[in-house]
Amino acid sequence: MPETVKLLVNGVSVEMPVGSMVSAAILKTGTFAFRRSATGEPRGPLCGMGICFECRVTIDGEQHCRSCQTVCKDGMDVRTDG
Amino acid sequence: MTSKTYDVVIIGAGIVGSACAAECVREGLSVAIIEAGIIGGGATAAGMGHLVVMDDSEAQFALTRYSQQLWDELSDQLPREVEHDACGTIWIAADDGEMAGALRKQKFYAERGVQTEILDAHSLAEAEPNLRQGLIGGLRVPGDSVIYPPCAVQFFVDEALAKGARLFLGKAVERVTADGVRLRDGTSISAGVIVNSAGSWSPLLTPGLDVKKRKGHLVITDRYPGFLRHQLVELGYSKSAHSVTADSVAFNIQPRKTGQLLIGSSRQYGVDDSHVDTSILTRMLDRAIEYLPGLRNLSSLRTWTGFRAATPDKLPLIGPHAEHKRLYLATGHEGLGITTSLGTAKLLVAQIMNRATAIPVAPYLPARLAQEPMHA
Repeated sequence: MPETVKLLVNGVSVEMPVGSMVSAAILKTGTFAFRRSATGEPRGPLCGMGICFECRVTIDGEQHCRSCQTVCKDGMDVRTDG
Repeated sequence: MTSKTYDVVIIGAGIVGSACAAECVREGLSVAIIEAGIIGGGATAAGMGHLVVMDDSEAQFALTRYSQQLWDELSDQLPREVEHDACGTIWIAADDGEMAGALRKQKFYAERGVQTEILDAHSLAEAEPNLRQGLIGGLRVPGDSVIYPPCAVQFFVDEALAKGARLFLGKAVERVTADGVRLRDGTSISAGVIVNSAGSWSPLLTPGLDVKKRKGHLVITDRYPGFLRHQLVELGYSKSAHSVTADSVAFNIQPRKTGQLLIGSSRQYGVDDSHVDTSILTRMLDRAIEYLPGLRNLSSLRTWTGFRAATPDKLPLIGPHAEHKRLYLATGHEGLGITTSLGTAKLLVAQIMNRATAIPVAPYLPARLAQEPMHA
């Protein structure tokens, strides 16, 4: 059994293998719209490597964090805005 | 090759040239607009879009106040994409000396009918909770506002075109001739009046014009709605803006309707290249973080530079050229061209039509500079 961490995604507890990205944890909750574009369209991870900025979410109160570049930590509070 | 003759040919479709074009067609004049690049692509696109009343001089006040009233009259007609936002300005006092400046400013404005409000430390913190603690207070000017200038330019150009103006887009003027302009593609356009409103490029077409490039940097952040409510400017701004030699930075930040923050400002003379200068950019951002510590955690999207068209006495050139009989100037607006474009257009067209102006035009006449030695 790999070691795991527990975090909150929109208030829902998610358990992930150590080293997982926040984007994976969000997808695991069945959330595909991570945020809304300026014109209100749903947005989610596109490149998965930190370039497209489409996967931005609020992590521990900090807005516009790239979820595909942020490693899950125990107790993290992740909010999507989709 | 000679094309049609126009009453007025306007060089440059920045905010000043396009406002002049719209004002000319309202007077029934036939107009040609010549733009070498894109519409509103120079200082107009690079700047902040702060519609602000200023008090560095009586003449600067008169033109900014007159222009702001014209913007207010127009505000209902501005399309949504112009993002007109009546957010007001707060001039920030960091120490007692600056607070005395705020009180002087309030008195100056009150005597001239501009409503303002002195804020103490508590009410300043309430108005802008992200400002650092320990600031003395400030002066709120509720009548100031913000627009997105490139869309305002498009609005003026569209109005001019709808009333019969002709736009020569992507066409560069090679030179101003005795009776019009000659384009680089060989076309000659004749006109009763030629208006040089080419901003920082204007001296290239009118040699001897004392208009110099003053470089500025701006940064725009991602969207953080609610982080900022007013345009904030440090009261030390004038010290920075007035220095005509040294490079300087001053805290000046603007909330956009999108929730983005536009962070300025820097001023550099004698720098012609448009690259981002990381040392002055760092100074500029450090200054902004000094006032708004929370900026440190926000992410920026882009940094760019632009060139203000600066005159030696900080006032624009609006009116006839001292020698060329058909040439009028509408340039040299430095950092206030967005605000003063509308007043400029009114003053210019009144002079072309040989009519009285709404405010005294003498302080802006190009002849004031031509009489002094050009390179003293």
